[in-house]
Amino acid sequence: MKPFDYIRADSPDQASDHAAQGGVFIAGGTNLLDLMKLEVMTPDALIDINRLDLNQIDETDDGGLRIGALVSNSDLANDTRVRRHWPVLSRALLAGASGQLRNKATTGGNLLQRTRCLYFYDRAMACNKREPGSGCAARDGFNRSLAVLGTSEHCIATHPSDMAVAMRALGAEVETLTREGETRRLTLDQLYRLPGDRPDIETVLAPGELITAVVLPAPVEGRQTYRKVRDRASYAFALVSVAGIVEMQDGRIARADLAFGGLAPKPWRDADVEAALQGEAPSDALFKKAADVLLRDAQGFGENDFKLPLARRTLVSVLEELTEARR
Amino acid sequence: MLDALRHHLGLTGSKKGCDHGQCGACTVMVNGRRINACLTLACMHDGDEVTTIEGLGQPDALNPLQEAFVREDGFQCGYCTPGQICSATAMLQEISEGWPSHVTQDLEAGAELTPEEISERMSGNLCRCSAYPNIVEAIRVAAGKQA
Repeated sequence: MKPFDYIRADSPDQASDHAAQGGVFIAGGTNLLDLMKLEVMTPDALIDINRLDLNQIDETDDGGLRIGALVSNSDLANDTRVRRHWPVLSRALLAGASGQLRNKATTGGNLLQRTRCLYFYDRAMACNKREPGSGCAARDGFNRSLAVLGTSEHCIATHPSDMAVAMRALGAEVETLTREGETRRLTLDQLYRLPGDRPDIETVLAPGELITAVVLPAPVEGRQTYRKVRDRASYAFALVSVAGIVEMQDGRIARADLAFGGLAPKPWRDADVEAALQGEAPSDALFKKAADVLLRDAQGFGENDFKLPLARRTLVSVLEELTEARR
Repeated sequence: MLDALRHHLGLTGSKKGCDHGQCGACTVMVNGRRINACLTLACMHDGDEVTTIEGLGQPDALNPLQEAFVREDGFQCGYCTPGQICSATAMLQEISEGWPSHVTQDLEAGAELTPEEISERMSGNLCRCSAYPNIVEAIRVAAGKQA
């Protein structure tokens, strides 16, 4: 690990100032310190934000929740309100990482964790995300875990978070503090960039901009689930995951909020998939049609070709579960 | 933190396995919660209470989990064992506080200490000797729920 300065921030403004001068925020550190040991990330300074007052979960005026950026993944998954009203979020969090990591990992840090693409981690290999312009060794390499949607010729990395997939389905918004002291709200769709020709720039956050909270809208009607398909039963990243919230009315799908993990450089949501389902009576043909819409532009790169049929089957299975008449 | 514990404080019970948060051999408790000591900085924990395996029991005064690991043969080489025991200590506390897990059927009802629950909750602790069945049994025995 390369030497670095360590600065403990006393206020969000101070943290923001230090970060704007080239420092990197550290909260849980479970991904950042790993990357620093491998010298994939080599910040000159770490700005420790753990002493900031950002670890509360508060109810909002309109019945939602405001989750402080420093709330741990464990505390969020175990919150009785989240377990009752936003179970897809608890389920996604509990499907991620290990007990030890969930105790340390934070809400803001989880959103900003880096891809686990093997080539990003291996400094001997070309990676446009780690070293812009060096190329992408993953396209013709070991790309079994990598993306089939939203990729570019420069990068096929996936976003690794489970939590963010559930938040995307729930329509959560990220609250940030800019270096100028302004507060702004971003949907997760707005927060994350697609790789394009600059896969090293993953979000729209400006230098020094600090995530302070994630705001969940009020609970919605319907059944919720998080289905994660992975290589082993626990403690592995998703090959494909689906966060689903489906409301039925008179035997028809009134609303289907669906987000996908393991498939794309950001938690993926496709309004056309939801539109294909809305107002329709559930059937195998309908679910397969929704999967066709989801995958209409999907492209495999060899080893990860299997993700197309896997995503199709997982989506169909999730829709069967969520639309099944209750006994 | 792991290096500070081992090299500066001489507390060599916590082990360095992978040094990347994948194996759990370095598991310690900070303010009662289990974490990977290899993935945090000591200076981030000024004022916190850190409990290592040395704080749970000693060779002449084993705690119930340590005794159960010996009696149930919950290890072979022993390298992962301090992490397993620190992790299990905190895990039993989590389950007693009603924390659900990935395999818990009802998110709101709490969970029983079944082998399936123990395996899921201990998945952050690897054992290359694959003593898993006996580790699960040792935890069950120590928790007073003998099979």
